[in-house]
Amino acid sequence: MTRTVDVLVVGAGPAGLAAAAGLAAAGAGRVEVLERETDAGGVPRHCVRPGFGSDALGRPLDGPAYARRAVRAASRAGATVRTGVSATGWAAPLTLDVTAPTGLERIRARAVVLATGARERPRSARLVPGSRPAGVLTTGELQRTVARFGARAGLAGRRAVVVGGDPVARHAVRTLREAGAVVAAVVCERPGTATALGVGGAFATPVPVLSGTVVTELTGRGRLTGVAVRAGDGRTAVLRCDTVVFTGDWIPDHELVRLLGVPLAPGTRGPVTDGDFRTAEPGVFAVGNLLHGGEPARRAAAEGRAVVGAVLARLAGRPWPAGGVPVATEGPLRWVTPGLLGPAPVPGTSEAVSLPPPVPAPPVPLLVRPERRLVRPVLTVRQGDVLLGRERLAATLVPWRSVRLGPWWTDGVDGAGGPVVVAAEE
Amino acid sequence: MGVTRRGPLPGDGDPAYDVVVVGAGVVGAAIARALARHPLRVALVDAADDVGDGTSKANTAILHTGFDAVPGTLEARLVREGHRLLDAYARQTGIPVEPLGALLVAWDEQQRAALPRLAQKAERNGHRTTRLLSAPELALREPHLGAGALAALEVPGESVICPWTTTLAYATQAVRSGVDLHLSCRVEEVRPGDPYHRLVTRRGVLGARHLVNACGLHADGFDALLGRADFTVTPRRGQLVVFDKFARDLVRHILLPVPGPLGKGVLVSPTVYGNVMLGPTAEDLDDKTATGTTAEGLAGLREQGGRILPALLDEEVTAVYAGLRAATGQEDYRIAAHPALRYVTVGGIRSTGLTASLAIADHVLGLLADCGLDPGPERPLAPVRMPNLGESFPRPYRDAGLIARNAEFGAIVCHCERVTRGEIRAAFTSTIPPAGPDGLRRRTRARGGRCQGHFCGAELRALSEEYGEGTR
Ligand SMILES: Cc1cc2nc3c(=O)[nH]c(=O)nc-3n(C[C@H](O)[C@H](O)[C@H](O)COP(=O)(O)OP(=O)(O)OC[C@H]3O[C@@H](n4cnc5c(N)ncnc54)[C@H](O)[C@@H]3O)c2cc1C
Ligand SMILES: Cc1cc2nc3c(=O)[nH]c(=O)nc-3n(C[C@H](O)[C@H](O)[C@H](O)COP(=O)(O)OP(=O)(O)OC[C@H]3O[C@@H](n4cnc5c(N)ncnc54)[C@H](O)[C@@H]3O)c2cc1C
Repeated sequence: MTRTVDVLVVGAGPAGLAAAAGLAAAGAGRVEVLERETDAGGVPRHCVRPGFGSDALGRPLDGPAYARRAVRAASRAGATVRTGVSATGWAAPLTLDVTAPTGLERIRARAVVLATGARERPRSARLVPGSRPAGVLTTGELQRTVARFGARAGLAGRRAVVVGGDPVARHAVRTLREAGAVVAAVVCERPGTATALGVGGAFATPVPVLSGTVVTELTGRGRLTGVAVRAGDGRTAVLRCDTVVFTGDWIPDHELVRLLGVPLAPGTRGPVTDGDFRTAEPGVFAVGNLLHGGEPARRAAAEGRAVVGAVLARLAGRPWPAGGVPVATEGPLRWVTPGLLGPAPVPGTSEAVSLPPPVPAPPVPLLVRPERRLVRPVLTVRQGDVLLGRERLAATLVPWRSVRLGPWWTDGVDGAGGPVVVAAEE
Repeated sequence: MGVTRRGPLPGDGDPAYDVVVVGAGVVGAAIARALARHPLRVALVDAADDVGDGTSKANTAILHTGFDAVPGTLEARLVREGHRLLDAYARQTGIPVEPLGALLVAWDEQQRAALPRLAQKAERNGHRTTRLLSAPELALREPHLGAGALAALEVPGESVICPWTTTLAYATQAVRSGVDLHLSCRVEEVRPGDPYHRLVTRRGVLGARHLVNACGLHADGFDALLGRADFTVTPRRGQLVVFDKFARDLVRHILLPVPGPLGKGVLVSPTVYGNVMLGPTAEDLDDKTATGTTAEGLAGLREQGGRILPALLDEEVTAVYAGLRAATGQEDYRIAAHPALRYVTVGGIRSTGLTASLAIADHVLGLLADCGLDPGPERPLAPVRMPNLGESFPRPYRDAGLIARNAEFGAIVCHCERVTRGEIRAAFTSTIPPAGPDGLRRRTRARGGRCQGHFCGAELRALSEEYGEGTR
C-alpha cells in the first residue's frame, strides 16, 4: 500500500511550490506536493491586496494572483500538486501517512521537503487572561474569513482592537475596515519608535496606536465587550470593542518536524537546518516560514528555490552530512537561521556520516532577526576567538524585518570548531 | 418533541410533566437519563443554549476513585459507585476514558510523611491497591519530573475521561428515550401547587408534579424559589492551563499534589485529547459568573507546573480556562428530599460531580420515590454510541473503511485536531446539535487545537452556516 515518489513536498505555499517547480524543472523525477487545504498557494491566497511583487509586465501582484502564478509554475514544470491531502505523521523514515477524501495512503519518498509554514500565536498561547468570549481571532483567521465570505459588514464585528506592532497589524487594520469595522486602537507592547505603524498607523484615516502598552484582560461573556490595557507608565484603561485581532508573534507549524524528533532552534522554534536546509534526519529538508515564522513570500520562495541543489544531491546518492557547527545569537538579536553550518558533504554512503576534522564549512548566507530597533548596529560573527566578520551597518534594523548577511560572513568557519555566534551592538 | 431551544414551550404548562429536572449539567443530565428508564413524562431544562454549559464543561476531567474522600460521607459512597458505573458506561457508549492511574508526589518531608496516612484513608474508602513508590521507582515511572521529588503514592484506577461527551451521552440517551430537553429556558419562578408545580420561564410555563434542582452553582438560588434556605453556594474558582500535545510524552500518570497545610496544590494530568493539563487554582469568590482567568492565577500555575514538570513550560499553551466549584462550607454533597414539596435538591456537588453523576442519579431516583413518585416498571434505554474524541482511540481521519464509505471523513477541516467534515456534519445532524462554535468544539474538538481557529475558523463558520440552523 506504500507508494514511492522521488520527492514529496509537504505544503503548497510559496516555499513548497518554488521547491517543487525547481525540482521538477531540474529533472528530479516524480515530484509530488501535498496541500491540506482545498486550494494550493498558501497564505497569499487570503491576502487580497498588492504587496507580492509584480508580474512580467511590472503590474503589482496581489496575494491570490501571486499564489496562482506559483501553482501554475510548479504544475508547468511537471510537479503534481494535490490539494485536500493532509500529511498526518511518519509511518517510517521518509514515509508519510496521508489522509484525503480519496482515502488513506502511505507515501515513501527519496527526499522530503517540509514547507508547512507558520501561524500567529492565538490569544491562549499568549496567556492573555480574562473571559473566553466570541470575537477573538488572529489576522490569519480574519483574512480567511473575509476572503471566504466577502467583505460584508458585521463579518468581523463593529468595533475592533488590533494587538501587535508588526506590518501584519496594518493588514489587520485594513481588513477590518474593509469588513466595515471601526478600529478603536492598535495596541503594541514595543515602545513608540519600534512599531511598524508610525503615527496614526500611517493610514489616510488614522488609527490610535497605543505603543508600550500590554493587553491585560479580555472581558465579556458570549461576545467580547472590551480589552483592558496597561501602558508603560502604569496607567490602565478598558477599550470597548466586540472584536480583537491578535497579530504577528509567529510560531512555525512544526508538527511533522516534532514528530520526527529532530532538534528545534530555540529562537525560531523551527527545525535546525544547515545552510542547505537539511534537517538532522537524512533525506528531510525544511524551507519557508516553517524555519522562522513570518517572512515575506519572496523569502520563502527563495528558500524553496535554494533547496533544489541539495535535494538533487541527495537523489544522486550524495551522503547526508552529520555534525556541523551550531550558530547562535548574542545581544539584542532574536534568532538566526540556519542553525547549523554543515561540513561540505563528501562522496560515500548516502546515510549520515561524521567527518574527520578539520573541514571548512561552506559559506552560506545568514538570516538574522533583531529583538528591538537597532540604530546602525555593529554586527559581528565569530567562532571562538576567531573573528569572521564585523561591520557597522548603514541601516537601522527593526524587529519586524530580518537582515540577510551574505555568505562572506561565514567564510572560513571551521567545520570541526565550536559554535558560531552572531552578535549586535549599537 | 425532543429538543427545543426557542419559541413558546409546548402546551404552556399543560400537559404537565411527571418530573422536571432543572439544570442540564452532568448531574441533571444523568438524573434525566435515569428517569428515562421509566414510563414517565420527563423534561430536562437549562438556562443555557446547550447541555453541560456550566461547571460541567470546565473541570479537570478526572474519573476519581474516591480514595481521598472523607470516609463515611455520601460523597465518598457516590464517588466510589459512580466511578464503577461511569467507567462501564464509558466503555459501552464510546466516551473516551483512560485508566492511567495517579501518583501523589511528595516534594518535601512533610508531604512524604503524609503518604502512609493517605494510603490508610484510601483503605478506609475501600481502595486497597495503593502502593508507596521510592524516589528511584518514581523517577523510572515519570522520568521528566522536576528535581526534588522524594516519593509517591500510586493510586491505580484514577482515570481521565471526556467530560463533554459524558454529559452529551446522558442527555442524548435521555432524549432518545423520550425525555424533552428545553434549552435557553431559565426557570425564574416556581409556583408550588398540587398536583402540579408551575415553573415560570421566559418561554412559558412548565407543569411539574415532581421537581429536581440540579442547578449547580445556583442550587441555593433555586431552593429559594421554593422557600428553602438550607445552604449557600460559594463559587470556588479553578483556573487551568492546557498545554500543547507535544507535551503529552512528558507525563504518563495523573500527577496529584499531596494535600497539606499550605493548600491543595495543583495537578498535572494528561487529557484524553492528548494534551497536558495543569491546575486548578482554588479561589473563593462571590461572583457566580467569574469564569475568567487572571494574570496572577496563570503565573502561579506556571510556576508550580515548572517545578513539577520543568519541560512543560517549553511547550505552547493551547487553552486557558476556569471553572467554578459549588462549595457550601460542608465537606459533603447537599442532596435532600423535600417530600412535602415533591422536590429534591441536588446541591453542593463540589469537585467530584462528573465522577459521581451516575450514582447521584440512582440516589436521586430513590429520593423521588420517597417524595411519592411511582416510577413504574423499568425498560431499557435507547442505545447510544458517541463519536470518539479521544486520541488513544480510533479517529475517523485514520479510518480507511469509514472514508471509503463516506469521503467526507477523509476531508480534514480542523487540521490541529484532525476533525473532518464528516464529523462536523454528524454533529449538526445529531440528537442534540450544537448551538454555536463552543458547542461544536465540545462535540468534535474542532477549533480546540493549537491554532484556535487561525487555519480553520473561517471554514468552520462556513460549514456551521451550511449545516446548522440554530447557529450564530
Ligand atoms: C496576514 C499576512 C499578510 C501577509 N502579507 C504579505 C505581503 O504583503 N507580502 C509578502 O510577500 N508576504 C506576505 N505575507 C507572508 C507570506 O504569506 C508568507 O511569507 C508565505 O506564505 C510563506 O510561505 P510558506 O510556503 O513558507 O508557508 P505558507 O504560505 O503558510 O504555506 C504552507 C502550506 O502548507 C500547508 N500545510 C501545512 N501543513 C500541512 C500538512 N501536514 N499537510 C499538507 N499541507 C500542509 C498549509 O495548508 C499551507 O498551504 C503575509 C502573511 C500573513 C499571515
Ligand atoms: C476546576 C474544577 C475541577 C473539577 N474537576 C473534577 C474532576 O476532575 N472530576 C470530577 O468528577 N469532577 C470535577 N469537578 C466537579 C464537576 O465539574 C462538578 O461537580 C459538576 O460539573 C457539577 O455538575 P452540575 O450538573 O451539578 O452543575 P453544572 O454543570 O453547573 O450544571 C448546572 C446547570 O444548571 C443550570 N441552571 C442553573 N440555574 C438554572 C435555572 N434557574 N433554570 C434553568 N437552568 C439553570 C445552569 O445553566 C447549568 O447548566 C471539577 C470542578 C471544577 C470547577
